[in-house]
Amino acid sequence: MEAMSVTFARTVDDACAALAEHPGALLLAGGTDLMVGVNRGQVRFADVVVLDRVDELRGWRREGDEIVLGAGLTYAEMGRGELPALVPALAQASRTVGSPQIRNAGTLGGNVATSSPAGDTLPVLAALDATIDLRSAQGARRLAIGEFVTGVKQNALEPGELIEAVRVPVLDGPQEFLKVGTRNAMVISVVSLALVVDRSGRNVRVGLGSVSPVPLRPADAEAHIAGCIDWDTGSAPDAAAVHRFAALVAGAARPIDDHRGTAAYRSHAVGVLARRALLRAFPGGAS
Amino acid sequence: MSADPYVLRVNGNDHQVPDAHLGESLLWVLRERLGLPGSKNACEEGECGSCSVQIDGELVCSCLVLAAAAVGREVTTIEGLAPDGELADVQRAFVEAGAVQCGFCTPGLLMAVDTLLDELSDDGSVPDDLTVREAISGNLCRCTGYGRILEAVSIAADIRRGESRGDLA
Repeated sequence: MEAMSVTFARTVDDACAALAEHPGALLLAGGTDLMVGVNRGQVRFADVVVLDRVDELRGWRREGDEIVLGAGLTYAEMGRGELPALVPALAQASRTVGSPQIRNAGTLGGNVATSSPAGDTLPVLAALDATIDLRSAQGARRLAIGEFVTGVKQNALEPGELIEAVRVPVLDGPQEFLKVGTRNAMVISVVSLALVVDRSGRNVRVGLGSVSPVPLRPADAEAHIAGCIDWDTGSAPDAAAVHRFAALVAGAARPIDDHRGTAAYRSHAVGVLARRALLRAFPGGAS
Repeated sequence: MSADPYVLRVNGNDHQVPDAHLGESLLWVLRERLGLPGSKNACEEGECGSCSVQIDGELVCSCLVLAAAAVGREVTTIEGLAPDGELADVQRAFVEAGAVQCGFCTPGLLMAVDTLLDELSDDGSVPDDLTVREAISGNLCRCTGYGRILEAVSIAADIRRGESRGDLA
């Protein structure tokens, strides 16, 4: 009989050592994605490394203008305490995930590692230019979120490697996360959008979800709107600028038809979300 | 192919789990190995909430918990809500409001409402409608239309705050 093992890691080093010893081991955080596949018999494994007792992964800390978010932070934890004031879009996105049951279990690291096009934190991380801290028994490395997610449920994680933390900047400016689904709970996004304003950098950054294999940054739309805002007064862009911004965002989307929505609907809806998010970030703008 | 025997702490008691398969969910082990069938199995993907239990006081879907990874945790199921055989406050409230039809979703809803009231009792506040709806948003009921469930939550909140209604006495 093949030996099976359950390792309760207490430190990141423990987890990396267990992964090195059992290269095919399942890394288990909140289980909200993984157990669906296990229950269906689609995910088979002989060894599991349990991450929920690794204290290093559980909290967050501020390092200068950066927030270092432990991979084991749950969606519920990202929505309470001081984090919503520091990274509002991440807290908003976390609030839209699943149900209380799912938000108590599911983790930021799990959302990143699953790398689903519909992952709710991914557009936020894209807009924030987040970086992902990876660890293995061989050492550490840091990747931009755009380098990490490489395709539909595909990423740059190497065998033996785990996500230790996600780094996001503290920005001066409003943030919005918007998501379209069929109801207000238990919804996998049909389209999602994060918009963050960086007043000191004088830019508006946008992340799009569920409209391409990987989270998307609509560069033309961002460049256009940054040039339409009077950064000294912070005044709202005019109606023509908002309209063009929404059209450029819609044009950047590369959606597909699937059981949750059509490509045409997604392109339309992401433009609507872009306009709505921009007007919330710059209230008083022409609608 | 079985995992090493492990021990789960459920409703205050330690339960040996021998001969389990490593891939078994907590829901499966509760129902099929520990003789605790109160938690219901419907979707096995975290959508319906009928398997809801508390782990260390937090509401989770037991179908999405790997049983072998719940070692060392305090699991509370519907069977643990009223261990002495008396109905718990949330159960009495559901009975009074007639918030049960087929009953399949009821154990999960009771665990969700119990968790909500536990969290609120810290500051003694009254849950507003939005708070209640969000707290039970992960529990699907296809019979009642939720009206009586919302009424039951209100009654349960009253009982827990010690403002028990006269007709419950």
